[in-house]
Amino acid sequence: MSLAARLRGRTHAAYIAFLIHRLSGIGLAVFLPLHFLALGQAIQGPQALDGFLDWSRQPLVKAAEAGLVLLLAAHLTGGLRVLAIEAGSTRAMTRAVISLGLAASLAIALMFLLGVWS
Amino acid sequence: MGPRAEVLLWLAQRASAAVLAACVAIHLATMIYAVQGGLSAAEILGRTRGNVSWLAFYAVFVLAAAIHAPIGMRSVIREIVGWRSRSLDLALCAFAVAIAWLGWRAIAGLFR
Amino acid sequence: MAEAVATLAVSVWRGGAEGRFVGYAVPRRANQTVLDVVTYIQQRLDPGLSYRFACRVGMCGSCAMTVNGRPRWTCRTHVARVAGADGRIEIAPLANLPVIKDLACDLSAFFDKWAAARGSFVGTRTRRDDFARVSPAAPQRRAVDAAIECIGCAVCYAACDVVAWNPDYLGPAALNRAWTLVNDERDGAERARLSAVAGDAACHACHSHQSCTEHCPKSLSPTSSIAGLKRRTGLAALTGKI
Repeated sequence: MSLAARLRGRTHAAYIAFLIHRLSGIGLAVFLPLHFLALGQAIQGPQALDGFLDWSRQPLVKAAEAGLVLLLAAHLTGGLRVLAIEAGSTRAMTRAVISLGLAASLAIALMFLLGVWS
Repeated sequence: MGPRAEVLLWLAQRASAAVLAACVAIHLATMIYAVQGGLSAAEILGRTRGNVSWLAFYAVFVLAAAIHAPIGMRSVIREIVGWRSRSLDLALCAFAVAIAWLGWRAIAGLFR
Repeated sequence: MAEAVATLAVSVWRGGAEGRFVGYAVPRRANQTVLDVVTYIQQRLDPGLSYRFACRVGMCGSCAMTVNGRPRWTCRTHVARVAGADGRIEIAPLANLPVIKDLACDLSAFFDKWAAARGSFVGTRTRRDDFARVSPAAPQRRAVDAAIECIGCAVCYAACDVVAWNPDYLGPAALNRAWTLVNDERDGAERARLSAVAGDAACHACHSHQSCTEHCPKSLSPTSSIAGLKRRTGLAALTGKI
């Protein structure tokens, strides 16, 4: 079976929601220890922390931070959906709820990006 | 691991998810508010030093993350890599301890 | 469909686990199911083609195949639904099951898992007892109604990625069946059944991909049934019943 044919049964919204949830989860699990390590290093004193904050003012770092915010927000909204499905909600299984969650995550990431860029 | 232990893992992951949902929402809102106009060490430390409710909130946040992430990674690794033995569970326990240790260490640094 | 080509270009899987797609030209008809296409090939073009069917009316659940990448019941799938104007159809055996030959799979694992999920009714009354009176409006009875029409076609099992990733996973159909029995107030094996459907090889492995629900030809929602089992077994684990 061709790859395109194999993908054909996996294009429904709930499957895409699963992929987003899984990839964002893996991303966050990898990022979390690094986040704590960096914070732990930076908190040797106010100078060290300011040095870290200066470094984080580079555009590339800001964009990466917004990406992490997007991962976190997407995992949050996707997770709320999974909790609702497992609690017995059939409405949480609809495409509308998936779209709403994605829209909310994008809005949160954009709000962060605007705040950090101003 | 028996079925009962696996059900309890599932419950722990969903319970920690519910705690994380609240923590992450507050964390995101705080971040979006705090980053406006740039961050400075004085500003951050002014908010965090000696702030016991801040300390309690982030201590719970880190604990919930240390429970939640390894259980999620357990499914991912079992399904994708096929590593299903007891050694995986031990490795993930170590991962949980590492997250909790590093997280609490960072919080303590900001609190002191 | 006036503009459609008059001949379908059908690729059919031939062989076992090792095999290849073979092309056949089949006349296109106005009212034609995918099963009609397979039957045409077997009767007119290649009598060696193996496939399975029985009722032809969507009751028996034996004719499921992979059609253009999706698991479907072929007797109730019209060609017009799966083939575009170019008339191309790819027909393969169901995924996640060993292929015996051509389009016929070995469904032993599928049905063994129904048994492992304690998918059979365990009565508590004798023939001397009166009939059980079950209110059609009772919430438990309504949960059974929502899940009971399964025909055992294995489309959900073939659609489910968790089955592919975790070979011990009982799968949507077996768990859906267990859910109907967990909600059957006449049944006497709840505890054993909840133990059988709990954990990493059973309901807690489900990630709510909803592929089963998306593909079920009877429009059932095994995802919802499995969610119900997660709650019921979670409660049982907390109260020490499993």
